[in-house]
Amino acid sequence: MRSILIGRIQQVLSDLGEILILCKETVVSVRYHRPSWRDFLGQLYFIGVKSQTVVVTTGAATGMVLCAQTFFQFHKVKMDTATGAVVSVGMCSELGPVLAGLMLTGRVGAAMAAELGTMKVTEQIDALRTLATHPVDHLVVPRVLATLVSAPLLTIESVFVGIVASYIVGVQLLGIDGAYYLSNMRRLTDPADVIMGLIKAVVFGAIISTVSCYKGLSCRGGAEGVGRATTESVVMASISILIVNFFLTLLLTRLFVGA
Amino acid sequence: MIEVKDVHKSFGTQKVLRGASLRIEQGEAVVIIGRSGGGKSILLKHIIGLLRPDSGSVLFDGHDLACMDERALLGVRRNFGMLFQMAALFDSLNVNENVGFVLRRERKHSEAEIRALVADALDRVELPGIEQKMPSELSGGMRKRVGLARAIVYRPQIVLYDEPTTGLDPIAGDRIDRLIRRVWEELKVTSIAVTHDMKSARTISNRILMLHEGRIYADAPTDQILRSTDPLIYNFVNGIATPRAEAT
Repeated sequence: MRSILIGRIQQVLSDLGEILILCKETVVSVRYHRPSWRDFLGQLYFIGVKSQTVVVTTGAATGMVLCAQTFFQFHKVKMDTATGAVVSVGMCSELGPVLAGLMLTGRVGAAMAAELGTMKVTEQIDALRTLATHPVDHLVVPRVLATLVSAPLLTIESVFVGIVASYIVGVQLLGIDGAYYLSNMRRLTDPADVIMGLIKAVVFGAIISTVSCYKGLSCRGGAEGVGRATTESVVMASISILIVNFFLTLLLTRLFVGA
Repeated sequence: MIEVKDVHKSFGTQKVLRGASLRIEQGEAVVIIGRSGGGKSILLKHIIGLLRPDSGSVLFDGHDLACMDERALLGVRRNFGMLFQMAALFDSLNVNENVGFVLRRERKHSEAEIRALVADALDRVELPGIEQKMPSELSGGMRKRVGLARAIVYRPQIVLYDEPTTGLDPIAGDRIDRLIRRVWEELKVTSIAVTHDMKSARTISNRILMLHEGRIYADAPTDQILRSTDPLIYNFVNGIATPRAEAT
């Protein structure tokens, strides 16, 4: 039991070390080797454009549920019009980036790990290397850059749709006064909430892309290995997002709000 | 010139190479033979720097590949072309993009020049006019020929072949062998192949190295190996299973 635990800890530390090396290689590649616009735009389309449906749906559903639940509780103490503010702050600083990050992990991270894993087990990565091309330059950099650009944009979209959906539910369905709903939302939502959300989205984008690329590139053992790499990348990225989110919330709140 | 000196390589507890040494001069056509799972492909991957030895050295024109980092190796690998066992074509790219991959990455040629070079390479492997096909639309033999076109389009000094005829019918295999021979003769490259197909080895080599138990057991001109009376070589060349060999 103890040896299994030690082995598991060693594996996690080894993974973290390898991911840090991959991050360093990625920075070196961006700094010294001109990334291919064609590859970057292709990934931007796949990660940014094609993920909109899932992210928008998640944002809308979350905004509506959050609005309804907040209203049901606040209505008991006659604070109906504060509902919009809770939804707005919650969506901007926490739910928007976290849920967009988790949805991107499932849709984009899994696809990245599976694609790179398949390339690894079919020797396509080795073929790249024999063609004097560094896998990080050709495969990792476009994916990381595209995710870093897409994640905050998708988060903004998700938050916006969530707030609009919450307004429709709150004002049209639950009968909250629209003017007070918006007024309180504007009054109690700080620009720092939006900035915190965007910083988190960028960090989550970095986590999703580097973890997924690492798991794909370190894949071994045929179809089973690809499946394992895909699952591991989703689990590792999701858990990392949830843990990092907690510490980012503490850090950024202290930084922006001084709490 | 390529020189492999006393290379050892293990994966976990499995010792694959146990002091393999060889020397290949420019312009030679060499085949490395040996039992399946005996480490031939591993040795080939050491020669191009895809794997690093646990100990020993791999020298190309005096540079030790084992001491270079991945980025430094990229420059050295520009001198090599490699045809993989299953061709390893990029699934998401069509034939034109696969074959012209290096040329487009280097950004030294115009698109028109790249298309002309790709067409020339495809002509050499007897597959003209398939530029727009995807790898999934090609047969096994065609994939290998496209892989060969990709390996020679940028005129490397050395071309490596990993089991070039494995998985092909005898006619497709013979066609690949003839192409390998022609590439060696016309482009004056150094040709290094790994195979256990003796018919193929006879066609594409002028020297054969036999890998046995992680070391080079025999190194001689092709005819000499084929006529050898050494029991180990004789049995391998003629495909005769001994009780000991059957057990492994």
